[in-house]
This record gives sequence, structure tokens and C-alpha cells, in this order.
Amino acid sequence: MAIKTEPFVINVGPQHPSTHGVFRMRLTLDGEVIVDVEPVLGYLHRGIEKLAEGRTYTQNIPFTDRLDYLASMSNNLAYVLAVEKLAGIPVPERAEYLRVIIAELQRIASHLVGVGAFLNDCGAFMTPLLYMFREREKILDLFEMVCGQRLTYNYMRIGGVSHDIPAEFLPALDRFVTTMPGFIDEYDQLLAENEILLARAKGVGILPEELAINISASGPVLRGSGVRWDIRKADPYSVYDRLEFDIPTGSVGDCYDRYWVRIQEMRQSVRIIRQAVEQLPPGEVRTEVPHLLHPPVGEAYGHIEAPKGELGFYLVSDNSIAPYRFHVRAPTLINLTALRDMMIGWKVADAVAIFGSIDICLAEVDR
Amino acid sequence: MTLAFSGEEIASQVEEHLPGSIVDSSQDSLVVNSESWLAVATFLKDTPGLDFDYLTSITAVDYYDYFEMVYHLTSLKHNHSLVVKTRCYEREKPSLPSVVSLWRGADLQEREIYDLMGISFDGHPNLKRIFLWQGFQGHPLRKDYL
Repeated sequence: MAIKTEPFVINVGPQHPSTHGVFRMRLTLDGEVIVDVEPVLGYLHRGIEKLAEGRTYTQNIPFTDRLDYLASMSNNLAYVLAVEKLAGIPVPERAEYLRVIIAELQRIASHLVGVGAFLNDCGAFMTPLLYMFREREKILDLFEMVCGQRLTYNYMRIGGVSHDIPAEFLPALDRFVTTMPGFIDEYDQLLAENEILLARAKGVGILPEELAINISASGPVLRGSGVRWDIRKADPYSVYDRLEFDIPTGSVGDCYDRYWVRIQEMRQSVRIIRQAVEQLPPGEVRTEVPHLLHPPVGEAYGHIEAPKGELGFYLVSDNSIAPYRFHVRAPTLINLTALRDMMIGWKVADAVAIFGSIDICLAEVDR
Repeated sequence: MTLAFSGEEIASQVEEHLPGSIVDSSQDSLVVNSESWLAVATFLKDTPGLDFDYLTSITAVDYYDYFEMVYHLTSLKHNHSLVVKTRCYEREKPSLPSVVSLWRGADLQEREIYDLMGISFDGHPNLKRIFLWQGFQGHPLRKDYL
């Protein structure tokens, strides 16, 4: 006799430790197996796109800090690149190098949180996360030196950066760059062969290559699926075309590959910072731009490879002091499209690990 | 990008296959008739040599007289990109064809535009508000919403 079963709906979030913010999923389960997922968004929607239409181009930079707050520097960079493209503003060479150094430090910091939180979700509770916060702290110290802030930096400015680096920055950066590869080896030693991680991540939540492209995934989610695509190589901005680095890619597209890609990207970032420091030229760090910028009528799309994927700003100018339209191409919102495909068929306990492997930031998803 | 296609080049190619579909073209973008948009999108995605397999971003802009949809397309295969626009002159109940059947990456972005700009997309599998709650009045990103 067949046993009659009924699907069962379980609500995860919005207040739940594994949802990295206020994210909610409605999971439909058959026993322990996930048969449907519906993400419910908007708990952190602040209407940043609308707010930005009422403020000047410069006043909008702090808003970008509050998108993905784990990678504020990258958001600043993407936005000022778009404005510079719109208004045709040149950037001094020294500022370009400083931007690259800072953006790569930010990538390491963001990946440390992403990987640490992912391991937390896998069941390696808190220990790896705190190891990673140890190194992230040093990056925050470096950021504090250049701009006085530890979370919302507002460091990149239209036409350059707000301040030149202080004298103590380069020696501290050198210490960090020298020690960081050893720390990454340490993570690898602790984690790469770790039973918990392998059991929870290998072969789980597979995103095939074709699907990853079709759902417009970007960043480590796309590269974890084996697509060699990185804006820094495909459409180089700043001075990335003068620096050597590799694009690590996964092979299967499972949670482990996404984790692995992030670890490898940290190594590449250290490599980029080393070269950028060597090539760092003297000179100005900021082009003088008018206080109230009136870009010519037109539009521009500026995009960068942010730690979590392709972050783009689409700006439309009507020659007034505020953008006529300010749109953010948020990488983590679009990466969430893959959630359903990755989760269906897996057990409810895997849902947490799969979700963690996307590495989202709700402030950016909801804006 | 190794090559960013000029709007004019693509426009002549599209016009050859789908006469009457192009409204306007310029150096950096191309404006498509909204009725032909889905056919043009299919052409751009499936034609060898173009292969726009990746939909980078979708945006809607409110110009009072019309809504303009802006699609940023990329080909990961050939590393080139193109900006395609289509316009909707209806203000009360604006509607455009959905491209989810071609690029599933449009799913959440079209929902966002529906929610904040009030444009509905025919053929979208799950078109409902995404950030604001069901029952919210109005569409905040419209220029006449205060």
C-alpha cells in the first residue's frame, strides 16, 4: 500500500541566522526533500535608486557605501567610474593604482566574510569565521588609515580618491601582503580536505555552465561553474590591463567550486596588489571637478568585477545636477535567480549551505 | 570588450531579417519597435557571429512621454556588447514582451521593473511585486510619483 504524502511549506527567515540579513525563503518540502523554493525579498528596500535621483552626483557616493556594505569600496569605484564615463573626467594615474590596491583589498575582505559565513552555514561553526575576521581586521585597519572609516568609506571620488595614502600605509600594506599568502595556506590546510566541508559542499547545489550563463550569474557563482569570465579581463578598467593575474574557475559548479574560486581569488588579489604597489607612480590623486557637476545629456553604464559579481551603474543625465536615472545592476540579486535551480532535489539542511555559497548581501539585493 | 558593436551595424543586419523592426540607431545603441522586440531579441541571441548569450542588465527609464527599456547584452563567446532599447508609449497600462524565455536572468529584473516602474511583461512566469508588498499603491520610480 502506497503511503499518502503531502507537500509541506516551511518558512525560513526573514529573521534567521543563516539568511545573512533579512532574506526569506518559502521552502516546499516533500519529507526532507526540497520541491520548490520561493525567495521573498524587499525587507531591506530603502528606495536608493529613487533617493539618488534627488541628490547630486557627489552626494550619491555615500549611498553606494550602503549597497553591499561588505564591499563598500568596490561600490564606490563602480559608481565613480560610471560618472567619470558620463562626464568624461580623467583620473590621475596614481589614483588609478590606489583604486586597484584598495579594490583588491576589499575583494579579499569580502571573500573572507563570504567564505567564513559559508563555512558557518556548513556546520564548521564560528572557528573558521573568526580566523578570517582576524585578517579582515587588518584590511579594515588599512582602510581606516586612508579614509578614517571602517565600514562605509566614501573614499573614491569623482576624478580620483579623497586623500593620498599616509606614510604608514605602504609599510603596513607590505606586512599584510607578506603574511596573507601564509594565512590563505592555513585556511587551505584547515579546510580544503575538511570532512565537514567536503561532505556538505562537494557535488551539492550544482549550477551547470549553460544555465549559469542563461540566468546572468556573475562573479564566483559564474566562475565556479567553469566560465572564464571576469570584467577585469574582459573589459579592463582602471589599470587592470597592466597587471598580471589568472582567473580561477571551477569545474563542476557545486558549492565547493564556488568556495574554492573565492579562496583562489584571494591569492590572485594579493598578486595584483604586489604589482600595483611596485608600479605605483607619484603625483596627484584627484582631478579638480566642479562642486556641482553637470554632465552632458546622455547615459553611461560603468561596471566592475566586484567581489560578488558584476556590479554596474546605469546613469542617465539631463544636464542637471542630479542623475535623471540611477540604476544599480546588483550582482547578488541576479545571482539569486539560480537559487531555485540549485536547491530543488536537495535536503532541507543543504538549503542553508547552497544559499551560503552564493554569498549575498541583502542591502544590495533590496537596495 | 574586444569589440563593442555599433548600433548602426547591428541595425542593418536586423533590418535585413526583420524589416521594419528598427526605429532608430546610433553609434552606441539601437532602438527596436516594441512589437518586434522579442523577434529581434531571438535573432540577436541565436545568430552565429552575434551570439548575445548573456543579458547583463535591464533598466527602465521614465521620460514622461514614454518608458524606455534598456537592455545591456553581452556575448561571453566573442566578448562584445550591445545596448538595445525599446519604447512603450502607453502610460496607464504599459506592457512589453518578456524576455525570460530567452534569458532567464531577466526574471527578477523584470519583476523589479514591474514593481517600481509599473511596466508589465507578457509571458513572464511569475510577475508580481518583488520589493514592495502586494497591495502597495503606485510605482515609485515613475517621475510623477512623489
